[in-house]
Amino acid sequence: MTAASQSASPNQAPAVEPPPLRARLTAIGDVIGAPLKVVLGYLGDHATMLGQAAAWLFRPPFRLKLFLEQMEFVGVGSLPIIVLVGFFSGAVAAQQAIAALEIFGQERFVGATVGLSLAQELAPVFTALMITARAGSGMATELGSMRITEQIDALTTFAVNPVQYLVTPRIVATVLMMPIMTMVFNIVGLFGAYLYSIYLKDIDLGQFIEMYEYWTDPKDYIIGGVKAIVFGGALALAACYQGFNIRGGAKEVGLATTRAVVAGSVSVLVLDYFLIDAFHILWPAAK
Amino acid sequence: MTNDPNQADTATAALTARDERWQLRIRGLHKSFGGHHVLRGVDLDLERGKTNIIIGGSGQGKSVLMKHLMGLLKPDSGHIWVDGQDIVPLGDVEMSHLRRKFGMVFQYAALFDSMNVVENIAFPLLERYKMSRDEIMERVRDLLGRLDLAGVSGIEQKFPAELSGGQRKRVGLARALIDRPQILLYDEPTTGLDPVATKNVDEMIRRTADDFGVTSVVISHDMASTFRIGDRVAMLHAGQIIANGTAAEVLKSTRPELREFIEISGLVPSSKGPEVRT
Repeated sequence: MTAASQSASPNQAPAVEPPPLRARLTAIGDVIGAPLKVVLGYLGDHATMLGQAAAWLFRPPFRLKLFLEQMEFVGVGSLPIIVLVGFFSGAVAAQQAIAALEIFGQERFVGATVGLSLAQELAPVFTALMITARAGSGMATELGSMRITEQIDALTTFAVNPVQYLVTPRIVATVLMMPIMTMVFNIVGLFGAYLYSIYLKDIDLGQFIEMYEYWTDPKDYIIGGVKAIVFGGALALAACYQGFNIRGGAKEVGLATTRAVVAGSVSVLVLDYFLIDAFHILWPAAK
Repeated sequence: MTNDPNQADTATAALTARDERWQLRIRGLHKSFGGHHVLRGVDLDLERGKTNIIIGGSGQGKSVLMKHLMGLLKPDSGHIWVDGQDIVPLGDVEMSHLRRKFGMVFQYAALFDSMNVVENIAFPLLERYKMSRDEIMERVRDLLGRLDLAGVSGIEQKFPAELSGGQRKRVGLARALIDRPQILLYDEPTTGLDPVATKNVDEMIRRTADDFGVTSVVISHDMASTFRIGDRVAMLHAGQIIANGTAAEVLKSTRPELREFIEISGLVPSSKGPEVRT
């Protein structure tokens, strides 16, 4: 025991010199900065991949077959699930709308309510979530498997750029197919709402159609289409990024697929919020 | 390394000139991943037209070294000369052209799952040249025949998942050979194969080197295979080449790490021999 500690009173806490201001600020900076650095790095990596994919789109060789294959996978392959989910989403939307409108005796507005909801929100968001679950997970798994079995390295050895060969067609195909699939969702969803409203709730067909025609117009579908394009790019980028950058074995493929679905779904919902805001600013009547 | 500038210039000039004996020359190669220093100054020459084997334990950097040879990885420092051309400073486009000299046979073949055997083998030609379908098929069938695959029923239309381990290796080799490379890299070609299949792959490597006149570079930790097919053997240990010579010279090495490797494999009883030049 030192002389200094012997002289201190047993009830008195030893004097601790406070850290200098700079050290405290550095510590606070580290606490805030570390996660921020991770997030920025993550976004930066995605932006880099998106930039590379976009740049390779305009450089030969152009492999049309790869784009068509991916469009078939994302579009035609997802059609059954989109039709199924679209039909029931429209029917459920009509169910909820009628339940709410009945309180005010305004059930005739169901066509307008469901039409607007589908056009601007339900169709692009649900379609994006379905494509994320089906095609996004498939992309992450396929690219991840190719990475761990060295197929991506093999492409490089044949002087083929893997981003151009694997990532660009997937992002472009998803961006192109998302608006089409969203329109399919809209049509089938309206059909579901129509069947429920007319045949189960005895809503007048003329009123259903008239209200729908009066309250919805092309701009609602343009908004939905733009959203679908942005969502398509985001979900495909998230899926390709997760699959392409796998390190490890088969377990990592499963984890990357999970991450791709989570990242794709979250980015769709986050982007949806900001896109709504953007449309409200750019196009006030869009409300 | 020499301190005399004249000697250093002479040494560099010798490395950059096309050498009839050494097709690939590596000097002072360093590579780290994060804080892990994998290659710590690799110096190695690989002989033209011969089967050069690089042995070493797991995690010693063999695959990392091989990926450097083909420009799949860039070193932190050091040089790799291929026919006198330093490939380290090359950009993507120049490297793409240079890669045509190489063929690579991956550990598990790395065949494209979505393509059948013909599409896999023809892939490098389809990507690099505008060739007629007949010309491509002629080359594919020639290789299938030379690699004893022509007799397998319906082989051309089979997908990788339908092939045995040995067949996959052969298709992978056919794909690597289709563009007539000068240098063939094999990444642990016998991993995961039974002894008979291993012997077949060894014979395939030996025969390919003889028939096609290529320089073979084989990464392996299979000592029986190494001394069955290797003309020259180098050992990578702790990121450095600790032994390098002909197979006979290496077999007599007294380096403890190499001796242990050789003796554990059961190739020779424990014995001491002359030091191999390093």
